[in-house]
Amino acid sequence: MFKMTSNIMRNLVVKKSTRRYPVEVREPFDKVRGELVNDIDRCIFCGTCAVKCPSQCIEVDKQAYKWNYDPFACVYCGVCVDICPAKSLYQKTQYRKPVGERLTISMQGKPRKKAKIKDKDPDQETEKEPREEKETPGDPPAT
Amino acid sequence: MRKTVIPFGPQHPVLPEPIHLKLTVEDERIVEAVPALGYVHRGLERLVDVRDFHQMIQVVERVCGICSMIHAHCYCMGIEELMAVEAPPRAQFLRVIWSEVHRIQSHLLWLGLFADSFGFESLFMQFWRIRERIMDISETTTGNRVIVSVNVIGGVRRDLDAEQLRWLLTQLDWVEEEVRRLEATMLEDYTVKRRTVGKGVLTREQAYELGAVGPTARGSGVSQDARQTRYAVYGELHFEPVVETDGDCYARSKVRFRETLASIELIRRAIQRMPAGEVRTKIKGKDNPRGETVCRVEQPRGELLYYFKGSGEKTLDRVRIRTPTFANIPPLLVMLPGMYLSDVPVVTLSIDPCISCTER
Repeated sequence: MFKMTSNIMRNLVVKKSTRRYPVEVREPFDKVRGELVNDIDRCIFCGTCAVKCPSQCIEVDKQAYKWNYDPFACVYCGVCVDICPAKSLYQKTQYRKPVGERLTISMQGKPRKKAKIKDKDPDQETEKEPREEKETPGDPPAT
Repeated sequence: MRKTVIPFGPQHPVLPEPIHLKLTVEDERIVEAVPALGYVHRGLERLVDVRDFHQMIQVVERVCGICSMIHAHCYCMGIEELMAVEAPPRAQFLRVIWSEVHRIQSHLLWLGLFADSFGFESLFMQFWRIRERIMDISETTTGNRVIVSVNVIGGVRRDLDAEQLRWLLTQLDWVEEEVRRLEATMLEDYTVKRRTVGKGVLTREQAYELGAVGPTARGSGVSQDARQTRYAVYGELHFEPVVETDGDCYARSKVRFRETLASIELIRRAIQRMPAGEVRTKIKGKDNPRGETVCRVEQPRGELLYYFKGSGEKTLDRVRIRTPTFANIPPLLVMLPGMYLSDVPVVTLSIDPCISCTER
């Protein structure tokens, strides 16, 4: 009849299972897939992330060197981080903080590549090694 | 006697997801139950037309909020069969480990909700406290708590090092100790037994004829588990299905309770036998799945079946998903007649309904 009693008595003496959340926050675990960040200075605007993203939350404008990202459509699967050839994408271990309004993150990069990658199919690029960035930053995009 | 029709759901305190049961009652006894579905249909199967077969992994994970890993596991196994690639042995073991982690968390979630359905709030809290540790295991080893996204065609995306495996084993010891501490309450307590023993009886013949799957079938004495087909590495782990014979709510809860402990044991065996090596086979960019196949695995709720059809394009022609709750609704309609209205929440929850799965 009183099978639960021993558990209840035990719970009176053991440590609490909960924490006072907004005041006490647990340290995130290592290797947790949290907020997605693009190190725009390393980005080569190849558009692979936009093609591979399952939720299609990334848009890359190759001509204007723009990288647009909708954090509210993102599912934090980390596919873009895995396939990024320039390794410019990475994920923090912290989750994104809640906000009151929807927003799109838009990043403007500097041209780093000449026209040679522009016309290639982005799918083919994934098979290749990360490109070396030989051009000096600030080169105008050749058209 | 005059009959009254009482709607149960789609919104009800015990239901985690919306299902509507139209209950015809005479006095307080149920004479007929008619289900109505369609409240959470999302059309995920249709997405196969617009997402390529790699992106579909993240889509099928979202079919079910509780056993995402097992859906992705089944999907990847099917596509790998179509493309004639095989995941490396270590990846197969890791998939089994994460699948069993998901089974444990799903069963603990259910045991808590079931306790809640007969009003045992503190038992519910105890189970969910243990479950939180399993969620931590998920988060540390895969990167996410529920929708784990570790499967890829040809293997898994993450490997576990020796230190992580050691940590995993110590956490599992803690989980087992805590689950066993609740065994007396869940399975022997007088008040719990009063609400579950003899309620919603499904005989062995009925379970077989109506096509019950998973713990609903195994609670009625049908020894059927898709893991007996030895997919992935279950053949090497000497898997034995957990079977009870009474066919009532108590037997079904006992099956799930024992399966939780069995899954912990399976993970231990898998870690012990896991070989070293690669975790991912490289897939060539131009290979696409071609042909038809069917793949089935065991979800926490029962057998999950995937049908694939591909014609060598980047997008598949068809993916059909048959989930276990769909198979378990006909048995539920047999269990309900003859019950008191107050037992309906307990009996309904005893099949572990996952409506999002059913409607996709």
